[in-house]
Parts: sequence; structure tokens; C-alpha cells
Amino acid sequence: MSAALSLVDLHKSFGLTQIIRGLSLEVAAGERHAIIGPNGAGKSTLFHLISGRLKPTSGEIRLNGERIGGLRPYEINRRGLARSFQVTNIFPKLSVYENLRCAALWSLGHKYSFWTRIEGLRDARARAESLMERIGLTARRDAPAGVLSYAEQRALEIGVTIAGDADVIMLDEPTAGMNNTETEQAVALIRKVTEGKTLVMVEHDMGVVFGLADRISVLVYGQIIACDTPARIRENDAVREAYLGQAGH
Amino acid sequence: MTSTILRALSPWLLLALLFALAPQAFPSASALTMMSVMGVMIIFALSYNILLGQTGLLSFGHAVYYGLGGFVTIHAMNAIIHAKLNLPAPFLPLIGGLAGLAFGALFGLVSTKRAGIVFSMISLGLGELVSSSSFILRSFFGGEEGITTNRTKLAPFFGHKFGPQIEVYYLVAVWCFVCIVAMYALTRTPFGRMCNAVRDNPERAEFIGYSPRMLRFISFCFAAFFAGVAGGLAVLNFEIMNAQQLGAQQSSLVLVMAYVGGAGFFFGPIIGAVIMTFLQITLSDLTSAWQLYFGLLFIAVVLYAPGGVAGWLMLHAEAARRGELWRLAPAYALIAPAFAAGLIGAVMIVELAHHLFDQALDEGSAMRLFGVDVDAASMAPWLVALLLLGAGIGLGRLLWPRVGDAWGVVAARLNRAAAA
Ligand SMILES: Nc1ncnc2c1ncn2[C@@H]1O[C@H](COP(=O)(O)OP(=O)(O)O)[C@@H](O)[C@H]1O
Ligand SMILES: [Mg+2]
Repeated sequence: MSAALSLVDLHKSFGLTQIIRGLSLEVAAGERHAIIGPNGAGKSTLFHLISGRLKPTSGEIRLNGERIGGLRPYEINRRGLARSFQVTNIFPKLSVYENLRCAALWSLGHKYSFWTRIEGLRDARARAESLMERIGLTARRDAPAGVLSYAEQRALEIGVTIAGDADVIMLDEPTAGMNNTETEQAVALIRKVTEGKTLVMVEHDMGVVFGLADRISVLVYGQIIACDTPARIRENDAVREAYLGQAGH
Repeated sequence: MTSTILRALSPWLLLALLFALAPQAFPSASALTMMSVMGVMIIFALSYNILLGQTGLLSFGHAVYYGLGGFVTIHAMNAIIHAKLNLPAPFLPLIGGLAGLAFGALFGLVSTKRAGIVFSMISLGLGELVSSSSFILRSFFGGEEGITTNRTKLAPFFGHKFGPQIEVYYLVAVWCFVCIVAMYALTRTPFGRMCNAVRDNPERAEFIGYSPRMLRFISFCFAAFFAGVAGGLAVLNFEIMNAQQLGAQQSSLVLVMAYVGGAGFFFGPIIGAVIMTFLQITLSDLTSAWQLYFGLLFIAVVLYAPGGVAGWLMLHAEAARRGELWRLAPAYALIAPAFAAGLIGAVMIVELAHHLFDQALDEGSAMRLFGVDVDAASMAPWLVALLLLGAGIGLGRLLWPRVGDAWGVVAARLNRAAAA
């Protein structure tokens, strides 16, 4: 039983529209798994289902063997799964440092504590400071997150996601909208911060996907049409037809 | 090490000193009464800001917890007096606080499920519910007259029976100081920080392990507790409690205090409580149209200084610290007469209208306005008022760009200094 994440016959409909149509997937612990697919295929919806933002219509989601389908996002997060968002989703009025420190609080056991001084929490400070260093935002420590540049906000989005030290990290298009150098930096960052963790990532940049992923799932119209190593996916005719060819034109 | 501790403590020492020495500076009976009310209102306004400023919850019914805290305190107080229990006055606000907390926990369960408009509407509904139940549960709320008590019948506290106002003032001051420190400390805890986070982005808070509903609920309980303490202190101060104290008017008063003072800053509501209490007491002596001025002031702050007095002060404090404040002086000096003219014109219109349409019915239309005898039914004072108001608005619009320019210069210099 080494699957960090396993999905069995997952369905999601909005009204009459089926978006996820019988999707099954296993992601092993420690694996870097990429999900690719055309726009509107249901990749973000799948992330919302796994992370608890949306409830599945039917099917099963297990995190480290435990059923998490239908749980609240904070309950799932407390069980060791953290995610980022395609559209940056941080605390705009809090400083960079506060964003990271807040994101670390629960996992460090400080929970709803209204009896400890936050400035006195060395573990939270150390975590926030080392993260700030790793995502390269130390110079922006006290800037409100809302005034950061796009690339800086994307880096902070990743920082907030990994601050709780979850075992399973899910990143939704972490490099979208970045230029080449920014993308390179982001990939190096992702590689570094997900060391020893399970990573599930939606990504459009094929260079990033083929460089980073151990395995790739191709999601088309709510179903996984192929799931294999990067080399085999590249040679898969169905994938070519459904997706890569499309991306290439 | 000791110097940093001293620096951290010095604002608190200063505040304690201010509270201790205020009666020396303003020893009159009316000043003592006013300062006692201010102390109560400071706690009340800060408790409100736990919701509005810290957690981003706009409540229209916060007086419920102030009022219920007060009612439970006054009934407890009368029971204590009756049973001759040895529980002196200084401990009674705690009863108010616990009552506020109990009702806060109860009503918080239903109202903190959602934030935003839903929360606001439920707070309004609960406020109306409790207000209207005061007509039904008359023996608890005391009907029109309310419930009265006599604090001097309580057991003395180290020989003090809290008959003289000065003793009540110090009782309020100590509670006020303790509550300010406690509420400030609350903002500097993991819970306090996560309230800010959930205010900014409740959805993201869920994905870092926190239940926004739980954060809102705890926040609501704290706010209700401190509101209840304020209500208990109000009982000791006034020796009376009636249903108006938990009604919509009191709920909007605390909203206005927090907002006018500046909800974005911890100390904002303190300023708001002091200003609004001062205005309420002095204006209600000067004019019976004082509530209208409250409304005008509130609208003016919402439109022109959304950060409140505290926001306005902080803006200028930053400029002053960098030695740039003088650059604003010429523009301010230029616009001040326009501002004054407009203000006087507006006040004249309010007072003339108030006299003509209300008091003139039984007093006649002659009145005194700014020390001058005028006839509210004649043209002349109205013309003067309109002229002043018109000139004020016209000149103000004409000269306002200069203030904007001056601020532009100051802001540019501050930014350059920050970048260097
Ligand atoms: N809340 C919703 N209600 C209705 N339709 C939705 C909702 N969210 C997403 N969809 C639809 O589901 C489809 C998949 O969206 P999404 O998961 O965001 O795609 P991807 O991330 O793969 O680009 C889209 O057609 C989108 O319009
Ligand atoms: Mg998407």
C-alpha cells in the first residue's frame, strides 16, 4: 500500500454537465506526477475535488489509504495535503513574512492558540524565514503580498503551499504566465522544495513537464486517456492526436 | 535587553500614566463623568473592532452583548446586594463579560457560519430579536424605565464604596487599561494573526489548515466577552440599564466609533470612542440636532477619510517623522478658511432648519445662532448660510488640487527615501 493518492472512478458534474467522467489514478509516495491536457479538460476541477474545495458527485479519493472524499479543505490539509491555485490565492494585505508564517502555524501545532505570543514562536519564525530564503523573497519580507510582482506572487503561492510541510503537494500551473528565466527559476524551486515529497502538478509547459515528472497523466474531457513515463507518453499516438499535436500547432 | 523591554513597555506606561493623571487635569464633576463614559466606550469600541478590523466582520448588532452583559450584571448586582454577599464592585464587570461570552457563544453559533453580507444580516436580525424581546420579557428588561441599582450598597472594596465619581473613574480606568492590554495582546497571537488572514482571504485559510468558521466563532466570543465587560462597567457607572442600551442605535454608535476612529489600526477605535463620546456629551448640550451631526461626520469620514482619524494621523505621522510635514502646511492653510466657511454654513442650515421646523412651533422663530440673534423665518440668515456653504464648497473644490499636489510631492520624497 504505497499509494500516496488514489482516485477510484471519480465523477463530478455541474448540473447536467459532466466534467470529470470516471477517473481513476494512483500516485505513489515520493512520485512526481504531472497532469497535462487541453484547456477545460477538468484539471483544475480535479484538483478542487482532491483538495476538498468541491465535493465529488461519486467515486472515491484516498490520501495515504484514508478516504478523504467530501471532507473540508482544512481537514484534508491537516492530513498532509497542500495545494496551490492556478489563480494566485494568497493573503494580499499581509506581508510576505506573515503569509508564510500563517501558512506554517497549524502544522507546527499552534492551531487556534490565543494564549501564546506569535513573536515568541521560534519554530514558526525559523520556518517562515527559511522558506522566504528558498523562494527568493527575503528582500521583500515586509511588503504586503498584494503589491508583489506577478512572478513574486507565484513564488509566494508556492511558498504558502509548502509552508505546512505537507507530504503531498499539488501545484496548479505554477509557471503559467512566466517568461523563460522565471520559468527556469520556478522549476528549480519546485524541484528543491518537493524533495522527498509526493508532487502532483498541472503544467502546460512541455519542457517543464518532461524535465520534472516521473510519470504523466493525460486528461482529456474528464478522463485520463494515458498515464505513463514521459518517454512513453511522447510516443503515444492517442496522446499526440488528442493533445500534443494540438499544443504544437 | 532591558532597553528593548523598556521601549516595548513605554507606550503602556504612558497610557497608564495618562489614565492615572487625567482627573488631575480635568477635575470637574462633568469631566469625570465624561471620562468614565469614555473608558466604557473605549472597551466597547475595541471589542467591536475585534470583529470589524481584525476579522473583517461587519456587525449591526454588537450592542446586544453590551446590553445583555449590562442586564445580567445589574440583576446579579441587585441579588448580591439583597443577599449581602461579599462581592465588591470591581469584580462585577467580570459577570458582564461572562454573560456577554455566553450569549456570544450561543448567537455566534448561528451567525458566524458565513462572513460578509450573511453575517451582517444575521447580526441585524439578532439585534432586532433581542431588542423586541425586551418588550415581552419586561421583568428582565425593566420596560421603559429599565432596571436600577445602587452601587454603594455593595460590599466595600478596601474601604471604598464607589459613591464619589472619582472612585468610579478609577475603577473604569483600571478595567479599561487591562482590557486594552488584553485585546492588544490578542492581536499578537497565532489566533489573532489568523483572524487577519481569514479577513483577507477566507478561502485560502481553509487550505492551510484553518476553519474560517471556527476563527470567526472564537473572534465573536472574544468580542462579546469584552462588550459584556463594557456593559457591566456601564451599569456601575450609571446605576441603570434599559433596553435602549442593546438596541440598534447603540449598535450603530459603536460601529461609528470604530469606523471614525479607524478600524484598520488597533488604537483607532480608542480615538473614535473618545471623540464620539466627547461630541455626544458636548453636542447634546448645545443642540438637540446632535444626532444629525453624527450622521454627517460619519458620511464625511466614509467618503473622505476611509482610514478614519487613525489612518489620517498615521499618514501625517509618517510625513512628520521624515521632516516633510511642513510641505503640506501652505496647502492646508489655504484650504482651511474654505473648510471653516463650509462647515459654519452647513451648521447654520442645520440649526436654522431644526429651529424653524421643530422648536419654532412652540417657541417662535427667533433664535440665537453663534451668539447672534436671528429670525429663522427671515431670509437673511438663510442667505448668509447658503453663501458660506457655497463659498466653502466652491473654494474647497478649487483649492483641493493644491493639497493633492503637496501630498504628491511628499509621497514622492518619502518613496525616494524608502527606495534609497
Ligand atoms: N463551478 C463550475 N460550474 C460549472 N462549470 C464549471 C465550474 N468550474 C469549472 N467548470 C467547467 O468545467 C470545465 C473544466 O474546467 P477546469 O477544471 O478549470 O479546466 P482546466 O483546469 O483543465 O483548464 C470547464 O468547461 C469549465 O467551464
Ligand atoms: Mg485549470
